Amino acid sequence: MKTNTREDDRSAVNAEMSDPKSNPTRSSFNLRSLMRGDLGFIPVIVTLALITLYFQLTTGGVFLQARNLTNLTQQIVVISILSTAAVLVLLLGEIDLSLAAVAQACAAVMATVSVYQNWGAVPSILAALVVGALIGLVNGFFIAILRVPSFIVTLAGSIGYAGFLLLVLGRQTTLIVRDPAIRALAPTYLSPIIGWGLPIVVAALYAIGVWYERQRRVKAGLPVKRSTTLIAQIAGIFAGIFLIVFLFQTYQGVPQAVMISLGIVLAFWLILRKTPFGRHLYAVGGNEEAARRAGINVIAMKMAVFTLASTLAAVAGIMLTSRSTAVATQISATLLLNAIAAAVIGGVSLFGGRGSVWAVILGALVIGSLDNGLDLLNQDQSIKNIVQGAVLVLAVTADALVRRANPVRGK
Amino acid sequence: MNNSVLPTQSDTSVDRSIPRLQLRKINKSFGGVQALKNVDFEVYAGEVVGLVGDNGAGKSTLVKTMSGAYVPDSGEILIDGSPVTISSPQDATRLGIETVYQDLALCDNLDVVANLWLGREAYRWVIPGVLKALDETEMERRTIEVLRTLDVKIPSVRRPVAALSGGQRQCIAVAKTILRQPKVVLLDEPTAALGVAQTRQVLNLIMRLKQQGLAVVVISHNLHDVFEVCDRTIVMRLGQRSATFDIKNSTSEQVVAAITGAEYRDAPVSSSEMI
Repeated sequence: MKTNTREDDRSAVNAEMSDPKSNPTRSSFNLRSLMRGDLGFIPVIVTLALITLYFQLTTGGVFLQARNLTNLTQQIVVISILSTAAVLVLLLGEIDLSLAAVAQACAAVMATVSVYQNWGAVPSILAALVVGALIGLVNGFFIAILRVPSFIVTLAGSIGYAGFLLLVLGRQTTLIVRDPAIRALAPTYLSPIIGWGLPIVVAALYAIGVWYERQRRVKAGLPVKRSTTLIAQIAGIFAGIFLIVFLFQTYQGVPQAVMISLGIVLAFWLILRKTPFGRHLYAVGGNEEAARRAGINVIAMKMAVFTLASTLAAVAGIMLTSRSTAVATQISATLLLNAIAAAVIGGVSLFGGRGSVWAVILGALVIGSLDNGLDLLNQDQSIKNIVQGAVLVLAVTADALVRRANPVRGK
Repeated sequence: MNNSVLPTQSDTSVDRSIPRLQLRKINKSFGGVQALKNVDFEVYAGEVVGLVGDNGAGKSTLVKTMSGAYVPDSGEILIDGSPVTISSPQDATRLGIETVYQDLALCDNLDVVANLWLGREAYRWVIPGVLKALDETEMERRTIEVLRTLDVKIPSVRRPVAALSGGQRQCIAVAKTILRQPKVVLLDEPTAALGVAQTRQVLNLIMRLKQQGLAVVVISHNLHDVFEVCDRTIVMRLGQRSATFDIKNSTSEQVVAAITGAEYRDAPVSSSEMI
């Protein structure tokens, strides 16, 4: 076939393939792609660093001690899991305001069958998960099939599920869970073998995967990162893991709850980035009509996401119950907003289709650090609320400004 | 999925014997308004047909009949000479008719590769029968292949579509349909709201499609573009096919006259009469 070389023959597809050094646009392209990818997290990482520095100085070094960091990470487990649920829904361009109520209601189901029906830990937990999934199906039915705005459905849902919680718990205001296995979920520390072994095995698998993919790209003649860059990246991941696990080990070990929440985030990152399901989720969030025309079943996608979100909320509720050893009829007022705030602070767009599930970790760390640090400084709840509100606005503003300055990221 | 990116037509010259897509005596009414009256239409492989006409002349209705969005009240549709029924857009796609609408239907948040393969992603089984992972390498390789075949120039296939220019977006939307190996491509106002250089890019792409042996239908208001890329122009007026021009032997004045219904002398040979 003849190639059209009439004008501007610098076909960029070709340019990309050519030697990086011979192409002057290469470096700017790299910078921009960095801004899109890893550097998209820069504002929130800077925020986190400033918060850490401030508390480290004002608390006289207590903040970064292994003991406090262990506490801090355990405090944000529930927010992280709930926030993962929020991210899924936000990526779709929808919102779920019933997450906190669902978490508590499902936890109540677990506690009730455990305490009154003497169900074992596993069936009790499964019961909570099934109830969560059913609630998600109900939400999804109204939102995807009847096309009622998710804001209304889940707002009404949050009231309804709070009522369901009262119904399940009966007259009591709190129900204490006696089952040792459920109580042990959150406060347990992993043995050093698992604490060290699991992250290293996962990281090694990741490294092998990345390297294998690189070899395939080389074979297919596609541009690849320099092997030194790749090795540095993987080394960085390993160094991070060593540092974190080492810190945990100097206190009591890696908390099981932290490992569970990290596992959930990692699993959903893989689902969102590496599977057709994840790709379709981003597509529906980006342009629902385009997704529909591409043959994606948008209704099934929405049902699936709301079901997943409510099931994750049930997981969060289970962890919450394990940590406090009881279920209360009172639903924490800040839990839902913190979960959504963590996602938004981490850069997940409220308008759908944009953001990474890793946002959850960063966002939850920001919120958790403020809470934890202000507690260390013996600040009143009033001050904590004001500071948290201010930081949320600042983080979202910084994100909006970065986005506007960098049109590559779009809306 | 087969390995070649584009259908390989050995003979790229226009085969005038049997139209790739033909419509006969199509009628379509909306309530009391008859939008199409006994309209005939034909496009051959390796040919670009311009569909022009004033607003409300029936261009869009006719194209939507071909793309399956409307079902005609009466009339016949034939592909390669054999009659077919198109009662939904899925039917049209299955029969090899692809439409690129004005709104392009791209996901701004996804990159070029993701958009091109949306809904038909290449994947590998991680755990056979249970878990499948996207095969990004394969998709990226074939994306670059398609874009090179179509001579589409974009900065990077890993860039979100939001970062591309209007012309580039149009090209991506067209390339997306090409991956499905269609026989007929319908383009709705492909150069509307594009700058000079971007229009150039899209027109080049249309010529490429023609070279690949596809039958291309272009709806356009821009006669300059029509004269640049089309082999024939079919003029719609008041729901009827009012004239057909062979581009080589006609002037834009004649086409404008046919669109507006003004009198014109030296009526050109209508190829519809030759059928």
